[in-house]
Amino acid sequence: MQNLMFNINQDILEIALNGDFLHFSANPDVYEAANEKRVKNIVVDGQNIKKWDSSLLLILFELSRIAQKRRIGLKTKSLPDGLNRMLNLALAVKPHTDIIRSEKSGFLERLGSKGWEIYQTVIKGLKFVSESFGSLSQFAKGRAVMRKVDFLFALEDCGPKAVGIVSLISFMVGLILAFVGAIQLKTFGAQIYVASLVTIGMTRIMGAIMVGVIMAGRTGASFAATLGTMQVNEEIDALKTMGIPTTDFLILPRLSALAITMPFLTILADFAGILGGAFVGIVLLDISAGEYWKYAWDAWSMTNFWVGVFHGFVFGFIIALCGCYYGVNSGRNADGVGVATTRAVVSSIVWMIVATGIITVIFERLGL
Amino acid sequence: MSKDKIICQNLKVAYGEKVIIKSADFSVKENDIFIIMGGSGSGKSSLLRVLTGLMPPAGGTFYINGTDYPKADEAQKLEIMKKVGILYQSGGLFSSMTLAENIALPLQKYSDYPTDVIDELVNLKLSLVGLGGFGDYYPAEISGGMKKRAGLARALALDPEIVYFDEPSAGLDPVSSARLDNLMKDINQNLGTTLVVVTHELESIFAIGSNSVFLDAESKTITAQGNPHELLKNPPDENVYNFLTRGKADEKRTK
Repeated sequence: MQNLMFNINQDILEIALNGDFLHFSANPDVYEAANEKRVKNIVVDGQNIKKWDSSLLLILFELSRIAQKRRIGLKTKSLPDGLNRMLNLALAVKPHTDIIRSEKSGFLERLGSKGWEIYQTVIKGLKFVSESFGSLSQFAKGRAVMRKVDFLFALEDCGPKAVGIVSLISFMVGLILAFVGAIQLKTFGAQIYVASLVTIGMTRIMGAIMVGVIMAGRTGASFAATLGTMQVNEEIDALKTMGIPTTDFLILPRLSALAITMPFLTILADFAGILGGAFVGIVLLDISAGEYWKYAWDAWSMTNFWVGVFHGFVFGFIIALCGCYYGVNSGRNADGVGVATTRAVVSSIVWMIVATGIITVIFERLGL
Repeated sequence: MSKDKIICQNLKVAYGEKVIIKSADFSVKENDIFIIMGGSGSGKSSLLRVLTGLMPPAGGTFYINGTDYPKADEAQKLEIMKKVGILYQSGGLFSSMTLAENIALPLQKYSDYPTDVIDELVNLKLSLVGLGGFGDYYPAEISGGMKKRAGLARALALDPEIVYFDEPSAGLDPVSSARLDNLMKDINQNLGTTLVVVTHELESIFAIGSNSVFLDAESKTITAQGNPHELLKNPPDENVYNFLTRGKADEKRTK
């Protein structure tokens, strides 16, 4: 005898359940039968059920939903007590229809809403940047609320604590630059110009770019994660409801600290890179130290040096603004903080490249 | 007759097109302990975000001390919010500051007390919530219940007329929860502060609530208003009865 037997008697679908229903899967025909037009009532007889688990509950649940959907009757006879209670519990709360997503919108609608979203983001970003600079000017006038301790903490984090990693990475970059250059220059017997290559490369742009990338990954990410966590912990809500401007209190110390330290870190990176180049030139390419430093000094230009420092200064603003913007606008959960951190780093790097392009064109026009 | 501290008129709460509360009409009287209750997802916390100005209403309006808050300018809003304290679900304490610095912050910002008076006020507020001597602790160094009490001390820093509480008992053991309830009652009775409490903790609701509204997740409206004990005696519908009796209607149905 089958566990689940059914037949249609006039307009009644009679279902008899016998024996054990453990990990049981129903014959789909029973659902088809329940959906047949002539069926006006479903009667389930459960007097011979022995053992059961959720698989039987699922069958009864599906049948109940078909009955509800088709507005036909469903009667159960002699179901075990527990099964009946579980079924009632499962049916007690109606499914929340409002969380079902609306139908897929068309291409133009999606394009339009994406465009609107981008527009809103741009406006929000511009507002944030103008508020931050507004706050900076208020600070200059001595009107902004910034805790000195927050500023000093940010200054320490962005400055002395970053010296080690900036020095190491810049030294390595100088080293790589010298190596790659030497391979090509050697073919012309001009390896002495490695000193010029490294000096010009590091001071003009590479020092600033390397510091930018390091600080975006280190400090920008840290800003976004800290402020994002403050958002999750309702600390930012608390500030807003107290009427304390978040730009003054949270962003200003970070922005000013990074804008101050970045030019110094760039100078540090320049010298570390030149030292890395010297290491390759003197130790590995057998150029005498005096000759190396002479060529390096000849290639040294204060214009390049200040252009590099200016880049570092601009990158400081970019990194701080990106980190803080994504931090204060982070989602209110762990995932949101992760997304904010990623976006802060990626957008910092993208904006630094864009800024480099713009500055290069402007300086080119100015003849610098 | 006590005056209305907060009046909500046809207040609609929504996130974009997703409506959370279709319409809410109620008023909070002076010196009330007013409970906003309802099941999960009924929009209690969203309503609180609107009432605290963190989110604009999608429709309707609300008045705080007679001022139409959404229409008020920034300066008026600030004046209103100075008279309002908020205790967040997680305490909302600034993790980089000690408890004393947390409590001193609104005093430094909005009062012209000299530093030594602020220090004394901070100690007083901490003692008021039973945390005397904990001023130098950081939020990470104290328990969840203590964070709530420290958050309350900060909310009370400027002697507010209204204090909002978002799920004050959440994450607390029964003893800490009862202590916080008693503290809230003491503040209400002794300082005359109006309390608006968003919660679904039945014990707290019956222990402290003088008036309440029930937000219904299905209809997205307020389906009951009044003293919680009265609502329990005469529930207007099954959802309210079910909520106030921890699901007795469900139990009957499933038996």
